[in-house]
Amino acid sequence: MDGVISLSAAAIITAAALGGLIRGVDVFSAMAEGAAEGLKTVLRIFPPLVALLTAVYMLRASGAVDALTSLVSPLLELLGIPPETSVLMLLRPISGSGALASASELMDEYGPDSLIGRTAAIMLGSTETTFYVIAVYFGAVGVKNTRWAVPAALCADLAGFAAAAFTAKFF
Amino acid sequence: MSTIWVALLLFSLVYGLASGNASATGSAALAGAPAAVKLCLETGGLICLWSGVMEVLRRAGALEALSRALSPLLTRLFPRSAHDCETMSALASNVSANLLGLGNAATPMGIRAASGMARLSDGAASDELCRLVVINTASIQLIPTTAASLRAAAGSATPFDILPAVWLSSIFSVGVGLAAAAVLSRLWR
Repeated sequence: MDGVISLSAAAIITAAALGGLIRGVDVFSAMAEGAAEGLKTVLRIFPPLVALLTAVYMLRASGAVDALTSLVSPLLELLGIPPETSVLMLLRPISGSGALASASELMDEYGPDSLIGRTAAIMLGSTETTFYVIAVYFGAVGVKNTRWAVPAALCADLAGFAAAAFTAKFF
Repeated sequence: MSTIWVALLLFSLVYGLASGNASATGSAALAGAPAAVKLCLETGGLICLWSGVMEVLRRAGALEALSRALSPLLTRLFPRSAHDCETMSALASNVSANLLGLGNAATPMGIRAASGMARLSDGAASDELCRLVVINTASIQLIPTTAASLRAAAGSATPFDILPAVWLSSIFSVGVGLAAAAVLSRLWR
């Protein structure tokens, strides 16, 4: 099973390339153009990351993270969520770069294969920047009365966080 | 966003002074920016790699194939919009692009579907428009490339072993979002 998992990235890449070739796609230039698009993404997230990693590092060094962690831990432990991820959960719906900064800091602090590191990665992968998405969509179509979209989306986020903490332990 | 950033900085500074961690906070203020460079360098290559793989999949027709596979499900979730071919095809493309992690393609398609749905309503967001937004706020990516790249860059032995956990969490999260939507749409008049 371990072998299958460690090969999964290689298998996905090969299958995509082979499938593309069979369907007549110029896979090499598609790959290169996609990578160029990825570079634009990296350049776009770098400036906000500078600002937000500075804040996240200061927050950790000041001891505020530890204080927040112990403050919310009774509630989070009830849901089975490691309290160390509280800053990540707080930033996740508001700022994509902030969540990335916080998850990266957690992995540096606790290791990417620790329970906390895995939980952080799963949280990052299974939720979105909720408020940003809501602002983009309702802003674009000019709807001001969003009714219950925000509470429903936040329910989904909370469920995703709890599920991330649960699945990090068992998968 | 500015307010949040300033609040984070100010809170760290005040808390650092109050708790006697002032010098640590001071040096941490200059540690974040180099960490951002390191993070972008280490994850940048992998983000480019996956962005390339997804582009190959897109050109091979993966979007259309996914859209076709999803359309029965989407017709049931969005019965009012189902009569509108253009809205439905934008919706199917939006969900498929999200599944493939093609954020740049997903948003314009989603907005096209959203404006189709907004036309059917009167000022306030319709149930279906809210449902579309809820689906888009709950990430439904088949390959969580950013999270996996972050783990790989941090030295994980098996960065992709989170795949099943991410799928289950995403499905649960979307499910709860839609269930909350169903309950709230009855309560919210």
